[in-house]
Amino acid sequence: MTQHNRAIFQPSGQIQFGIFFQGVNSGTIWKASESGSQTDFESFRHIVQTAERGKFAAFFLGEGLRLREHLGRPHALDVVGRPDAQTMLAALAAVTTNIGLVATQNTTYNDPADLAHRLSSLDLISGGRAAWNVVTTDNAWTGANFRRGGYLDHADRYKHAEAFVETAKRIWDSWETSSGPARRVLHEGQHYTVDVSPRLPRSAQYRPVLFQAGDSPEGRDFAARQADVIFSAHPKFDDAVEFRRDIVARSVAAGRGANAVQIMPASEFILAATDQEAQEKKAWVRSLQIGPQQAIAYLEQFWGRELTEYDPDGPLPEIDPVVEETSETRGSGFHGAKARQLADQWRAEAKDKGFSIRQFVTSRTARVDATFTGSYTAVADHLAEFARVGAVDGFNISPWLIPTGLDDIVNHLVPELQERGVYPTEYRGTTLRENLGLETPVRSPERVGA
Amino acid sequence: MSSTEEKAGGFLAIELDGAGYESLARAVLAAESAGFHVATFADAPAPGRVNALQRAAYAGPLTRNIALVPEVDTVYTEPFHISTQLASLDYVSGGRAGWIATAANSPEAAAAVGRSIVEGDALAQEAAASIEVGRRLWDSWEDDAVIRDVATGRYIDVDKLHYVDFETPADFAGPAYSVKGPSIIPRPLQGQLPVLAAASLVGDGLVSVDAVDAVLVSAPTPELLAAEVRDVRARLGAVAIVAELDVVLDSRGQAAASRLDTSQDDGRARFVGSAAGLIGLLDSLLKEADGVRLHPAVLDVELEELSRLVLPELRRRGSLRAPMQDGTFRELLGVGPAENRYSTSAAATAAAGK
Repeated sequence: MTQHNRAIFQPSGQIQFGIFFQGVNSGTIWKASESGSQTDFESFRHIVQTAERGKFAAFFLGEGLRLREHLGRPHALDVVGRPDAQTMLAALAAVTTNIGLVATQNTTYNDPADLAHRLSSLDLISGGRAAWNVVTTDNAWTGANFRRGGYLDHADRYKHAEAFVETAKRIWDSWETSSGPARRVLHEGQHYTVDVSPRLPRSAQYRPVLFQAGDSPEGRDFAARQADVIFSAHPKFDDAVEFRRDIVARSVAAGRGANAVQIMPASEFILAATDQEAQEKKAWVRSLQIGPQQAIAYLEQFWGRELTEYDPDGPLPEIDPVVEETSETRGSGFHGAKARQLADQWRAEAKDKGFSIRQFVTSRTARVDATFTGSYTAVADHLAEFARVGAVDGFNISPWLIPTGLDDIVNHLVPELQERGVYPTEYRGTTLRENLGLETPVRSPERVGA
Repeated sequence: MSSTEEKAGGFLAIELDGAGYESLARAVLAAESAGFHVATFADAPAPGRVNALQRAAYAGPLTRNIALVPEVDTVYTEPFHISTQLASLDYVSGGRAGWIATAANSPEAAAAVGRSIVEGDALAQEAAASIEVGRRLWDSWEDDAVIRDVATGRYIDVDKLHYVDFETPADFAGPAYSVKGPSIIPRPLQGQLPVLAAASLVGDGLVSVDAVDAVLVSAPTPELLAAEVRDVRARLGAVAIVAELDVVLDSRGQAAASRLDTSQDDGRARFVGSAAGLIGLLDSLLKEADGVRLHPAVLDVELEELSRLVLPELRRRGSLRAPMQDGTFRELLGVGPAENRYSTSAAATAAAGK
C-alpha cells in the first residue's frame, strides 16, 4: 500500500464482538435466580466457551487493586470480588482454542519487566492469543496495597504509562529469532530503572495485542501512538463516527496508518424476539441493577453521608453533601466544593423530569448511551449500519448476567449478523492478531537494544 | 508426622520445569496419570521458561487429582499481587493449589525491577513478610462473606471482610512497606493454600515454622538425605517434610551415568542408576520424609521410566499413599482445615461483648 492509501480509512464492512467480564460493578445482576457465581471457574468456562462458539474475538477481564468502598467500608451492595486476570486467563487458555484473552493490567502498580514477562507467558501458553488492556491509576488509596505506595502524580500518569508500554514492547522485541539471542533491555526513568535479559521468544502473533481505553486528549494520543485497539466509550452511531474520525486523524499524525488502530466500544445488549419484549426485559434488568438500596448508596457516594432515611421512591435529598469528607480516593470523582454544586444540579434535573431517587439514579448509572435494546433483527440491522460505514470495528459486550449472559446473543443475534454478511462465520486464524485483522508489528531496530 | 502415618505412605512430587509451554499439557497429564500427587513449577530464570504460576493455572482445568504448586518469589514481587494470583490458582484448580515461597538472591532479579539486591538473613525477612501478607489477605474474606441477600440488597456482609493492615516489622532490613487489604478475591477454596519453603529459609530468626506447611530438604548426596530429613525434623518439629532428589535413570538402552550432565550442580542429592535402585532409595526415604520431590534430568525420559517402572512398584509395596480423588492439597499434606484468624477473633469479640 502506498503512503497515500494508508492515510485514508477503509471500512472493513465487518464487526466483531468481545466480552468484558468486569467482575465488579452494579451492572451485573446478582439478584435473579439465573445469576451464578462470580468467582467459580465454571462461570468463566461457560461464558468464554459460549463466546468462542459465537466467534467472539476476545474475552476481557477487569483488574482489581483495592476493594471498592462506600462511606469508608467495603461496598456491600454490588458484585465485588474477582480472580486475578492473568491467572484466570491462563486457565481459560487450556479450555479454548481461538478466542483472544485480554488482561486489564495497571501500569502504576506493576513492574514493567515482570508484567511483560507474564503477558508473554500468557501469549505463549495460549498460542498467540494474549492481549493487554492498558490502564493507569495514580492514587495513594490504591497504592496503600503496594510497596511503592502512591508515588505518581496524576499529571504524570500517561507519561509514565507510555514509558512502561515502550519498555514492555522493547522486551517483547528483544529476541532476534525464536531461539534467541535476547538483547538486554535497559530503561532508566523518573520512577524506576529496568535492566533485564528477557527470557521469552516472540509468540505466534509476535507480541500481545494492546488495548487502551483512555478518552481524554492525552489518552487518545497515547492510544493512537501505542494501541492496537481502543476500548472506547462511544457506541452511539454519530458519536462513534466522530470518535473514529478523531482517532484516524491522531493515528495518521502519529505516523501510523488510518486503519492501524481499531475501535471497540463498551456496550450492553438487551435483546428479545420482539422490540416490545426487549423493552420489558430492559425494565426488568434495570430494576435489578438499581434496587432501592443501590439508589440510596449511589447518592451517598456523592453526598458523603448516610441517606438511609430517604425514600428511594421520593425526591432527592434537600440536605447538602458533606464536602470535606468526600475524597478522590474513593474513586467517586467528585469532592470538595464541587459536591454541593453537583447536588444542586441533580436536584434541579430530577425535579424537572419528575424523577424519584431511584429513577434519577437509574438514568445516571445505566449505560444509557451504550445499550442496544430491541429485537434480534432490529439490532442486527442497526449493527450492520455501523459495519457499513466503519463507525467501529466491533463491540465489547458487558453481560448483565453471569454465566449465561451471552447465550441469547450467540444463539440469536450472531446468526442474524452472519446472514447479513457483517460478522465472521469462522475464526480467520488461531491468534488474536489474525482474528482482529491486525498487521504484524515491525521489529523497529531503533527501539531495540540498550 | 511421618512416624504416625507410615501406613498411609508418602507422596511423590515431580518438578515440571523441563516442560516448555508447548508440551505442558502433555507433561502434566502424564504426571497425573503416572500417579504423582504433586506437580511443581520452577520459576527458572532460563530462556524459554514461562511464568510458573501461569503454567500451574493452565494445568488446572486439564487435571483433576494432582496438586499444582508453583514457585513464586517473595523478594522482588508485590505481595498483594502474589496473594491474589495464588488464590485464583486455587479457584481454577478446585482447591489443589500450593505455593513454594522462594527468595530470589540474584543480581539479575533485582536489576529487572530496579531494586538493590537483597542478601543474607534479609532474604528470609522478605519471605516471611510476603507469606504473612499472603496469609492475612487469604483470611480477609470470611468463608461466608458473600451473602447475596436480596431483601437487604447486600451482596456481601461487610462485617466479614477485614483490612489486613500489614506493616513490616521494625527491624525489617529492606525498605519498609505496608499493605492495607482486604483481598480483591474471596477466600481461596482451601482457606489457606499450603505454603512450602526451603528448610534453609525456615527457623529461628528466619521464616517462622508456623508460617509454612511443609519444608523442602536438600542434602549433597542421596546417602545423606535421610539423615538431613531427620535433622530438619528435629530442628523444626512437626512440619511436613519433602526431600529433594535429582534423578537420572537408565533409559532406552542408555546407562544413566552416560546421560549424566556433570556440568550441572544444583546442590541437590542426585540419584544416578536403575529404576530398581531408585525404588529402593525412595522406599527408604518415604519412611523418613512425608514426600519426595523428584527433579528429572530430562523430563520426558525420566517421566516415562518413573511412570512405567518406579511408581507402580512403590504402590505395590505400600510406600505411596493413594492419589487424591477430588481432594485438596491440604488434605494430601494432612494439615487439616484452615481456621480463619479473623472469624475467630470476631467471634471472640462478639462473645466478650455479651
